[in-house]
Amino acid sequence: MSETTKGRRDLRIEMMRSQLGRVRGLGAARAGVSHWWAERVTSIALVPLTVWFILSIYRLAGLSQPDVAHWAASPLHAVLLICLILATFHHMQLGLQVVIEDYVHTEATRFSLLLAVKAASILLGLACLVSVLKLAL
Amino acid sequence: MVEFALPANSRVGEGRSFAAPAGTTRVKRFSVYRWNPDDGQNPRLDHFDIDLDACGPMVLDALIKIKNEVDSTLTFRRSCREGICGSCAMNIDGSNTLACLKPIEDIKGAARILPLPHMAVIKDLIPDLSQIYAQLRSIEPWLKADTPPPPDAERLQSPEERKKLDGMWECILCFCCTTSCPSYWWNGDRYLGPAVLLAAYRFIADSRDEAAGERLDALEDPFKLYRCHTILNCTQTCPKGLNPAKAIGEIKQLLVERRT
Repeated sequence: MSETTKGRRDLRIEMMRSQLGRVRGLGAARAGVSHWWAERVTSIALVPLTVWFILSIYRLAGLSQPDVAHWAASPLHAVLLICLILATFHHMQLGLQVVIEDYVHTEATRFSLLLAVKAASILLGLACLVSVLKLAL
Repeated sequence: MVEFALPANSRVGEGRSFAAPAGTTRVKRFSVYRWNPDDGQNPRLDHFDIDLDACGPMVLDALIKIKNEVDSTLTFRRSCREGICGSCAMNIDGSNTLACLKPIEDIKGAARILPLPHMAVIKDLIPDLSQIYAQLRSIEPWLKADTPPPPDAERLQSPEERKKLDGMWECILCFCCTTSCPSYWWNGDRYLGPAVLLAAYRFIADSRDEAAGERLDALEDPFKLYRCHTILNCTQTCPKGLNPAKAIGEIKQLLVERRT
């Protein structure tokens, strides 16, 4: 049996289920609002935070390591850095999740990629967080 | 993964060419997608050279002329020829529109005419829309109210309330928008698409409807609704000048509003 005829036969078997049944599927997940809203809120938060961070880096350029460490140790700077880190990695995870859900349709690959992105965001975020805390505490 | 290339048996080959009658001066070439489910062949592009002096002004006029005078096997949907039935939706010159509303003179060079993108093709320019029709059915596009209508009268609506439906009731369900949406191409089996979401919001926004909450419940889903990434192809392509992306935005806003 050729690839084409096999494909057609499979399609015909799947087509026995009504269109409405397939479209309704498993129903609405009653989720997605939090994800969508969090993506918007983090992106708004990232505008001032990123501008502040870039300006700070620009002003810190050329300073010695102890000076930079001293700068990061100030409570205000440490808190802003932590906010920046949390918003960045949360936003990154939310965005990549959407990309994966859009383009990866094989269930196993999709699931493992989603978990990998979540793990990577948490690990990278925590690494940055601990670094800031080490400087600040 | 998403398929970015057509499978081997869907690749479009070169078809036949039909020359215009000798002595014609204003000739326009129409390159039309042809596929016949019965002959086992790949799809092909047939080229028809048409005498514009003996043809109406719209692309649909040219298609009807081809069917009448050149090749009667050319298959396409058409009915009202004035942009109200939505039957002749197809991809003309790279964007989805209604053949009856698209002037031939707006097209530079040869006119490429393909079926609506990323739909299964039934024959030639006829796409299989049964999934979209089922999706429309799934959002229950009819008025739902527990309050009985006044006896011997219709349900009333103030002019302001009626105004909220402008820009939505005009939708003729041609599905140019839905089939232009990349999100619908990749996830059409789960994402409802712009036309259906516009229809859903048309009833959510209707002052006479009492099921807004129930309707929002049914849309609150990462795939049914949130595959919309405001790409805006829908709004750009709508042959009736409507704005499905705005309606989807309103739905998203209401979903946030009802929990804050």
